[in-house]
Amino acid sequence: MSFMPVILWTDALIFALLAAVLALVWFIRRHEHLLAPWRVVAQRPMAMGAALVLGAFVVIGLLDSLHYRERLADSPADAPQYSVEVLSVFDALVSGLRTRQEKTYSAPLAMQLYAKEFIERDGETVRDYPRLKYGGAHLAQADDHRHDIARRALVGLAQGLAVSLLLFGLLAAWQGRRTQMDFGVWLTAWGTGRLGWPGRTVVLILAIMLMLAGVLVQLASGYHVFGTDKVGQDVLYITLKSIRTGLVIGTLTTLVTLPLAIGFGIAAGYFRGWVDDVIQYVYTVLNSIPGVLLIAAAVLIVQVYIESHPEVFDTAAARADVRLLALCLIMGVTSWTGLARLLRGESLKLRTLDYVEAARAFGVSHARIISRHIFPNVFHLVLIAIVLDFSGLVLAEAVLSYVGVGVDPSMYSWGNMINGARLELAREPVVWWQLGAAFAFMFALVLAANLFADGVRDAFDPRLGGRR
Amino acid sequence: MFAYILRRVLYAIPILIGVNLLTFALFFVVNTPDDMARLQLGVKHVTPEAIERWKVEHGYDKPLLLNAEATGSAQFTDTIFFQHSAAMFAFEFGKGDDGRDIGNEIRTRMGPSLAIALPVLVIGLMVNITFALLMVFFRATYLDLWGVVLCVVLMSISGLFYIIAGQYFIAKLWNLLPISGFAGGIDGFRFILLPVLVSVVAGIGSGARWYRTIFLEEIGRDYVRTARAKGLSEVRVLFRHVLKNGMIPILTGVVVVLPLLFMGSLITESFFGIPGLGSYTIDAIQAQDFAVVRAMVFLGSFLYIVGLILTDISYSWVDPRVRLQ
Repeated sequence: MSFMPVILWTDALIFALLAAVLALVWFIRRHEHLLAPWRVVAQRPMAMGAALVLGAFVVIGLLDSLHYRERLADSPADAPQYSVEVLSVFDALVSGLRTRQEKTYSAPLAMQLYAKEFIERDGETVRDYPRLKYGGAHLAQADDHRHDIARRALVGLAQGLAVSLLLFGLLAAWQGRRTQMDFGVWLTAWGTGRLGWPGRTVVLILAIMLMLAGVLVQLASGYHVFGTDKVGQDVLYITLKSIRTGLVIGTLTTLVTLPLAIGFGIAAGYFRGWVDDVIQYVYTVLNSIPGVLLIAAAVLIVQVYIESHPEVFDTAAARADVRLLALCLIMGVTSWTGLARLLRGESLKLRTLDYVEAARAFGVSHARIISRHIFPNVFHLVLIAIVLDFSGLVLAEAVLSYVGVGVDPSMYSWGNMINGARLELAREPVVWWQLGAAFAFMFALVLAANLFADGVRDAFDPRLGGRR
Repeated sequence: MFAYILRRVLYAIPILIGVNLLTFALFFVVNTPDDMARLQLGVKHVTPEAIERWKVEHGYDKPLLLNAEATGSAQFTDTIFFQHSAAMFAFEFGKGDDGRDIGNEIRTRMGPSLAIALPVLVIGLMVNITFALLMVFFRATYLDLWGVVLCVVLMSISGLFYIIAGQYFIAKLWNLLPISGFAGGIDGFRFILLPVLVSVVAGIGSGARWYRTIFLEEIGRDYVRTARAKGLSEVRVLFRHVLKNGMIPILTGVVVVLPLLFMGSLITESFFGIPGLGSYTIDAIQAQDFAVVRAMVFLGSFLYIVGLILTDISYSWVDPRVRLQ
């Protein structure tokens, strides 16, 4: 089946960001003094474990950012028509989750619907819980239910374990060859934590993640692992799709923040005088407006624009995407002030240092002084701010979606999941699985980001380095 | 001292003007009254007459900045800018879409907001400082390490989770407290308990961790070493010296948020049905009531600037050198 690739705005920016990160990694690897703090990060068990979890999220997010539209089967070859539904590579990978739609709510791993219905059984109509169309549909009788779940979970666990053992063997072989160690010697060094990098934690976390993935894959092939939502969609699928939204908001917002914060912050500190006054005035004004209200005002404006220009967007996904991008832009504009203030203070200090004075005495241009002497010396602050802001932004998305000024209601996001499910707690029996899944995944991402940010901050902040 | 305060107050005026111009631009220039009307009346099937009627009803039918048809000073006063933006400096906010006077609404709703926000601030401060001091007392031990990890874990949980879990378990499942609502006087106490508890718990993670770093910074100072050299016990050093000096950055940090307590918390108030300014704001955003949103933007910035001035004053009170700069 042929398809047409679709590049949404956020897709393009995400891959531009990925390219920039890769270029930065390549640059850092060639400079020992830039690499040194990263080596410190790499030695922290918590930071490395968190990085692994983050990596898993990022892979899903990236797969979910390669979009395309399928060709309609009955459209002519010379003038192909494409489906209005924008899918991603990730959707294709988990197409089973996407298409196996039930009628309405069903509990995690259930084989029956949440609500009773009139069903035909043995020729007469009874009121009972109907069987699900897909969840547990392979079972002939309900008694096998528990047994089947346990069996699938064990198989998944074993598969995950097998893959991790295989990876561990490969790792040992590769490391052993690199360090000229015997397998036994390497194994003892690994077991006692004397590898020079937190091997035990990395292997343990990797194994846990693989085993969880194994269990999920096994169970998901026959059941709805996290149940289904109001319209019968698989909650696991929605949660996984929400990862991309969270990542986009966490990263692209910072991307908007950086030029503003770096430009204005350094300019204010370096040039002082009226430049400083103007920039300080601007950021005090922006800071004094309550953030939520500024975001609300701007989002309302974007909404008006989108609704009065329907011809610009060919699909619903494109429309939701523009709103997501606008949200990132607005949050970036409202949140650059903190970092700018920090950079201003640091530049104020740096400009009086001898080497900057010397450069000025030699007649070096301002642009060159800033790029060669000031910026490299404040870069650690920028980096710390990026990783620290990320988790806050992911959490903020949920709150903004609750207020009604977050991402488009049609978009998969944890905020929308929570918002849609929060009133369902009043039902009897309680529909908790949507909330549970959204909070659990959000918690995993934010916790990993926070732990990684801690590691980065400890390694890069010169004030912390000496004392502890 | 007086000259210093006066200077700070005068500096606040251009900032308020800036806020006012920015909100004016956002609400009337980028997003014209026609757009607002269309959003309110529904985008499709809306007639120009309906838009015109909506604008007249809300007083948005005048020119933006300069009224060429009027004469004399009315050229400037009979405009949207003067009647809807400049009037805010006199705290005249006009009427919301429900026809009620916004200024009146703000005055009655400040109380409930404060009834939640003030206990949260005070109790939160005490709880966070206690936890921070405990971690500092056991610094560089496993207790401290796991304390910090626990803080990070608490920080990583969405604020919405605390509220939903608190309401579900404490109010619905165990029936200990009412799930939401508000009442004045002594009777209101049981309504306040749950939101305060939830907000304090939600704030422990970031608060305790932040205060811990402040105390750790103090503990490396010379005067602490002197106190120890005099033979004071560790507990005495912590409470008499470190706590006292660590309170300076903590309290000056609190001063800036003091006026903003009137604004209340958007999420908490909306979940617990507290008739405060936070839920007022959130309702206005959801109903797209632009007059109320504008008023809240102005009020928020005004209170923030008051907070900044108070911070400056408290700094100069703690450290007189600041005044001379």
